[in-house]
Amino acid sequence: MKAKVYVALKPSILDPQGKTITGALHALGYDAVREVRQGKYFELDIDAASVDQARSLAREMADRLLSNPVIESYRVEVG
Amino acid sequence: MRFAVVVFPGSNCDHDAQYALSSALGQEAELVWHKARDLGGADAVVLPGGFSYGDYLRCGAIARFSPIMTRVREFAAAGGPVIGICNGFQVLLEAGLLPGGMRRNRDLKFICEHVHLRVEATDTPFTRQAAAGQVLRMPIAHGEGNYYADPETLRTLADDRRIVFRYAAPDGSLDERWNVNGSTAAIAGICNRERNVVGLMPHPERACEAAVGSTDGRVVFESAVAALAACAPVAEVT
Repeated sequence: MKAKVYVALKPSILDPQGKTITGALHALGYDAVREVRQGKYFELDIDAASVDQARSLAREMADRLLSNPVIESYRVEVG
Repeated sequence: MRFAVVVFPGSNCDHDAQYALSSALGQEAELVWHKARDLGGADAVVLPGGFSYGDYLRCGAIARFSPIMTRVREFAAAGGPVIGICNGFQVLLEAGLLPGGMRRNRDLKFICEHVHLRVEATDTPFTRQAAAGQVLRMPIAHGEGNYYADPETLRTLADDRRIVFRYAAPDGSLDERWNVNGSTAAIAGICNRERNVVGLMPHPERACEAAVGSTDGRVVFESAVAALAACAPVAEVT
């Protein structure tokens, strides 16, 4: 079963990379872009019996390793 | 005293630490592979700088699961002195042995230069020989040393005087322009609640001999030696 995990810095935390990318997009003329937040994306192929089980495993992995809960938040999509 | 210097795949300041401790400070220092079963009877543990696991995922995120970290955790819980330098500090944060996290440096640059640190707390095994407010000059070399703590954690750190080092001006004054990487409250190093686990981004092991530009790092290790000597068992009186 495929699970997707999206990890990004919490909204309260300054994202210097996103800020730099925002500046670069503005330099290209994309003034419509207000803000860019950069994150990480993981594709997990999980051996699970159900969508719920895959989701709960993906969440556990995101809590323990894929994200650092001190500075990052994540979102899981399954299926 | 006997120091264990942990070697993760990608550590690159392990030999610097071993050299500083043995040649410059005259102590025993053993390199301990991260898959080792024990710390070899060490009196103190050094988690050195470098790029453990290539800094993949997040700095220190994978090293924290190395087998030796179970022993380091037990050693720390028993009150043993542990110091994490640079990547070692990042490992301690990821392992939850110290609070907070690391972000990319404010200006996104890898910074490799000498900085000045103000000693904020002298009641740790790694600063007890320093004077409060003493300014130490030593190098930093990191891309992700922008320490972050949320407001509540920061308040706890401040209330418990667990901020051990701050980036400062050469005269010891604090000003945001000397906060080289943008760290919360210019924090360069902190300790745990029990004060035996210290993490810092600067490299004291690279500042132990005049030939490399500074000897200010010596006080960190001399403090550890003094702390261990102070709690060493006294010879039995018959």
